[in-house]
Amino acid sequence: MELSDQIAQYLVSGLSTGAIYALIGLGFAIIYNSTEIINFAQGELVMLGGMFALFFINFLHLPLPLAVLSAVASTTAAGVLFERLTIRPLKAATPLSLIIITIGGSILIRGIAMLVWGKDTHAIPAFSGTEPILIGTATILPQHLWIFALTLLAIAMNKLFFNYTITGKAMRACAVNKRAAGLVGIDVRKMVLYSFAISASLGSLAGIIVAPLTMTSYDVGIMLGLKGFCAAIIGGLSAGAGTVLGGLLLGVLESLGAGLISSGYKDAIAFIILLLILFIRPQGLFGKAETERV
Amino acid sequence: MLKVKNINTYYGKVHALKNVSIHLNEKEIVALIGANGAGKSTILNTLSGITPARSGSIEFNGELVQSLPPDRIVKAGISQVPEGRQVFKGLSVADNLELGAYLRFCAGESKEKIRQDTRHIYELFPRLEERRKQMAGTLSGGEQQMLSIGRALMARPKLLLLDEPSMGLAPLVVQEIFAVIERLRVQEGTTILLVEQNAKAALKMADRGYVLETGKVIIEGNASDLLENPEVQRAYLGKEKKEIWER
Ligand SMILES: Nc1ncnc2c1ncn2[C@@H]1O[C@H](COP(=O)(O)OP(=O)(O)OP(=O)(O)O)[C@@H](O)[C@H]1O
Ligand SMILES: [Mg+2]
Repeated sequence: MELSDQIAQYLVSGLSTGAIYALIGLGFAIIYNSTEIINFAQGELVMLGGMFALFFINFLHLPLPLAVLSAVASTTAAGVLFERLTIRPLKAATPLSLIIITIGGSILIRGIAMLVWGKDTHAIPAFSGTEPILIGTATILPQHLWIFALTLLAIAMNKLFFNYTITGKAMRACAVNKRAAGLVGIDVRKMVLYSFAISASLGSLAGIIVAPLTMTSYDVGIMLGLKGFCAAIIGGLSAGAGTVLGGLLLGVLESLGAGLISSGYKDAIAFIILLLILFIRPQGLFGKAETERV
Repeated sequence: MLKVKNINTYYGKVHALKNVSIHLNEKEIVALIGANGAGKSTILNTLSGITPARSGSIEFNGELVQSLPPDRIVKAGISQVPEGRQVFKGLSVADNLELGAYLRFCAGESKEKIRQDTRHIYELFPRLEERRKQMAGTLSGGEQQMLSIGRALMARPKLLLLDEPSMGLAPLVVQEIFAVIERLRVQEGTTILLVEQNAKAALKMADRGYVLETGKVIIEGNASDLLENPEVQRAYLGKEKKEIWER
């Protein structure tokens, strides 16, 4: 295979992993914008998405679309429950203590998942077969196409929600100024709950659509969560294009690095980027120093 | 319409309001004056449910509202235009106004009725209409103040709390805003509690006034009497003249 063919191949797989990171990163950004906390349990919700999908597909034998929807709904419910049990009861907590609580929560969720689903890795069938499709000189799996399509759909729906619905606008208002939001009658705590619900549904979707490619187990959330966090940091924690681009960039760099240098460096690349951004451009690659966050 | 009885509000250990009692009758404009840190904003925030009172009662149209959260207070009919404008900077002017009617959207009120009110706000402040697609953060100070007032009006409040609407604005803009405030009372019968550093202008427009000092009401009375009151003149009106000279 020529080098250019190889690179095309890495780009395809890089972009599809990047799409996953983008979805997870959006979850981080949305919660950050409404609460100023980084929800380190986000990765666990991604894992739960895959695990619920496993449950609905392999054990209940639901038809695929129904299984995916049920898995997203179950994870969203879990995200809402998480907010109710950990964030809501603490009235005057600082963001830092809440962040630590989310770390505790993530350990708890992972533990429960291990008890329920065991320590094994599980396979989920691909949505429509595993016959590679040839595009030019690169091959692409049908699952990659699913990932692109569903990610695009989720991002578009997200954008429509935040820009055109009154609830979406109210959530943005909370991100800008909570006190003023309260003064126009917006129930800020409800918006926080919604942000957890949206983040959980985006994260779970990521976990579900990637599972057929990577398998799933109780601890996949750690790495996926950190990669999503990295995407959000590259995007300056914007709940929009910045984070999406951040995810894609990270996915492509990882894939190129793993392919051209050594697959041993795959995870290291994400963390090097994360550190570089935090040191050099903490506002993210694409943002100005003080841009709007949503 | 509003009866505030003996409220005490604290910030941690700081006793910011000490047994404050005020009342407003329907369609009145009442001025609240006092030096920096007297507790004027705290009164408004206590009324709005942002800094709830530790004791005392707030009765609004016969309903006790002192322990309601901010959104329920707005629902009850009290809207605040906060100090320093506080528009939603990353959202457009039109979106800011729309959010002012947030509770009405939630209550399922017809969109056409809300749109009508938006047009009314644009009629009060024509400059907002020209800029309706602009991000609120790019507006001038005066325009942001107009937007902030317009946003509060979109909730159709019965009682409007205004916190220093003239702060940092050019005299012409202040005139324009004060004209709208008077128009609101005359045309819509809105009751207004007006906090102002600019005591003279506020008392000229108001029916009654309260003077606040370190968290206590020290003088109250008709606005015209307050304007004549030697103590008020010395502490708030005289000082103001001096300040003007110093500028
Ligand atoms: N968030 C807060 N935490 C602690 N103390 C506060 C807080 N907000 C206000 N205070 C204190 O409460 C007192 C009253 O403040 P308030 O803001 O109500 O005054 P004000 O009359 O509105 O003043 P200004 O004219 O400067 O706006 C002041 O002593 C102030 O220092
Ligand atoms: Mg004040």
